[in-house]
Amino acid sequence: MLLKLAWRNLWRNKRRSIITISAIVFAVVLSVLLDSVKKGLLDKMKENVVGFYHGYVQVHRNGYWDDKTIDNSFDYDSMLIASLQRREEVDEVIPRLESFVLAASESMSKGSMLVGVDPEKEDAVTTLKSKLIKGNYLQDGDHAVMVTTGLADYLRLGLNDSLVVLGQGYHGVSAAGKYPIKGLIKFGSPELNKGLIYLPIGESQHLFGADNKVTAFVLKLDNIREAQKTSEELGAMLPHDEYETMSWQQMLPELDQVIQGEEAENKIFQVVLYMLIAFGIFGTILMMTMERQFEFGVMVAIGMNKAMLSLVVVLENIFLSILGAIVGVMVSLPVVLYLYRFPVSLSGQLAEAYENFGMEPIYYFSTDAVVFYTQGLVVLSLALVLAFYPVFKIWKLNPVAAMQS
Amino acid sequence: MENDTPVIVTEQLSKIYPGPVPVHAVNDVDLKVMKGEFTALVGPSGSGKTTLLNLIGGLDYPSNGKVWIRGQEISSLSKSALIEYRLNNIGFVFQAYNLIPVLTARENIEFVMLLQKKSKQERDRRVMELLKEVDLVDQQNKRPGQLSGGQQQRVAVARALASKPAFILADEPTANLDSTTAGNLLDTMVRLNHEENMTFIFSTHDQRVIDRAHRVITLVDGSIARDQIVAVPSDHH
Repeated sequence: MLLKLAWRNLWRNKRRSIITISAIVFAVVLSVLLDSVKKGLLDKMKENVVGFYHGYVQVHRNGYWDDKTIDNSFDYDSMLIASLQRREEVDEVIPRLESFVLAASESMSKGSMLVGVDPEKEDAVTTLKSKLIKGNYLQDGDHAVMVTTGLADYLRLGLNDSLVVLGQGYHGVSAAGKYPIKGLIKFGSPELNKGLIYLPIGESQHLFGADNKVTAFVLKLDNIREAQKTSEELGAMLPHDEYETMSWQQMLPELDQVIQGEEAENKIFQVVLYMLIAFGIFGTILMMTMERQFEFGVMVAIGMNKAMLSLVVVLENIFLSILGAIVGVMVSLPVVLYLYRFPVSLSGQLAEAYENFGMEPIYYFSTDAVVFYTQGLVVLSLALVLAFYPVFKIWKLNPVAAMQS
Repeated sequence: MENDTPVIVTEQLSKIYPGPVPVHAVNDVDLKVMKGEFTALVGPSGSGKTTLLNLIGGLDYPSNGKVWIRGQEISSLSKSALIEYRLNNIGFVFQAYNLIPVLTARENIEFVMLLQKKSKQERDRRVMELLKEVDLVDQQNKRPGQLSGGQQQRVAVARALASKPAFILADEPTANLDSTTAGNLLDTMVRLNHEENMTFIFSTHDQRVIDRAHRVITLVDGSIARDQIVAVPSDHH
């Protein structure tokens, strides 16, 4: 009977219920959109830098990260690869040989990072092929390079033009080569897009005089959230004096700090938003409580104890909040899916400002289920907490005064 | 013998509303209401009728004095104990009916018994009995908004009776009804008084109610100015 009473009470004053539900729906949509764009931006930032290039965990020769020279490379060891791949949390292990070079065209030159990769495996881990915007993807054995568009633009080079690279090879040998540009790739991260050159790993080993050498094994993980833990476990497994394992947080502490800072900033913003939402919902609950003083008074007068009456009111609010949260998620879902499919591109000075900060000038939205259920639950909880206002009023209610209202 | 038992006893009952000028709404009222009485509480507006009903009904606490219902002193009960007490001992009929709008006539009557945690079987039996008493069996599935004022007030009477209270307090029960409907309602209440020996106390301005009462108590400025027995309760005949 109490459930029936609560449910029917909802629809007794349809306008009031619809206003309350609308307030909750609006709150859920707003907070889902905000959380989605926040998560989308941070995930994209992480994906652009970590997922598309660094990988979530790398294995190097001990000391390489502090002194990134090709002399700190190590032998390609298939036994090591096999032992890494045996780990359940490791999906794939790919080799890289990286070194700084001077990239030059006829009239321009620029310091760049030359990355020797196994093209097929690299694509499996960092989806490099998806970044190709012009030309063809590298094949193993190619005597050619792929360069990022930022570097190509700077050097004023196009597809099939020759790129000259000059650098220092293994143990001081000079490394010089001239390669046709087979493909142009574009990264979301402006920083990465400025200066990367990809060469098949065999060709890079030849260029640097570093036969069978690699500077890193990049690991694709089953669960990227466990990067730090996996890195520590692998570190414990490998000989300390030979290898170092690093998670992306250790390799890119600035990015980690930026992400943490953004998350903290967003939390503050979200708290402010929740407060605004709470006031909106509270307004309708306040209105409902005031309107029903007389009715509450009658109920208590005829012998309904206040706990039971409170339960009915809380049930009403639970129904309203759940309805509002469900409708809110249903309304926000297509909006977020649309924005995920068609992210909002920034233009003009705002775009430049983003690029200057090393960020892609695009608002990406996340469709992660956690966004929907977290925000739905937060707003639901807010509404439920606010439902204690009428409960408080019921506990303080004087039936005579209420019936005179 | 049962009718010799006082259902309500008040002793030096007073209610003072504090303020810059304290209002003495009820002043030293000593009252005894016997089982089966059909009592009208009359007096001009502001004479303290509703306040006295509220004190007797345990809806408000007196400033001084005591109220006994069936021998139990209720003015010292806690608020929650009073709610429980009202549920099991006092039936209320209000001027504006005050039914629960989202429940049907039947559910409104049943609701009080549900609060009393009566069994489904007992509830069904009693509801049907009461619907017959107030002649609303055909209207039992209608909500208050679908019933006339008179029908709503009959549902309110049935609801007041549902808990098998010691007495029924009715605050201006006919004030919102036309004369025919008010007459019918009065007939119902008089019949219940006769047949079930139910004690009724009304606050009223309605002469028809006063004319049917066994006892008429006139309040003036919160005090009993006149207490007149005009007929003997039916069981005394």
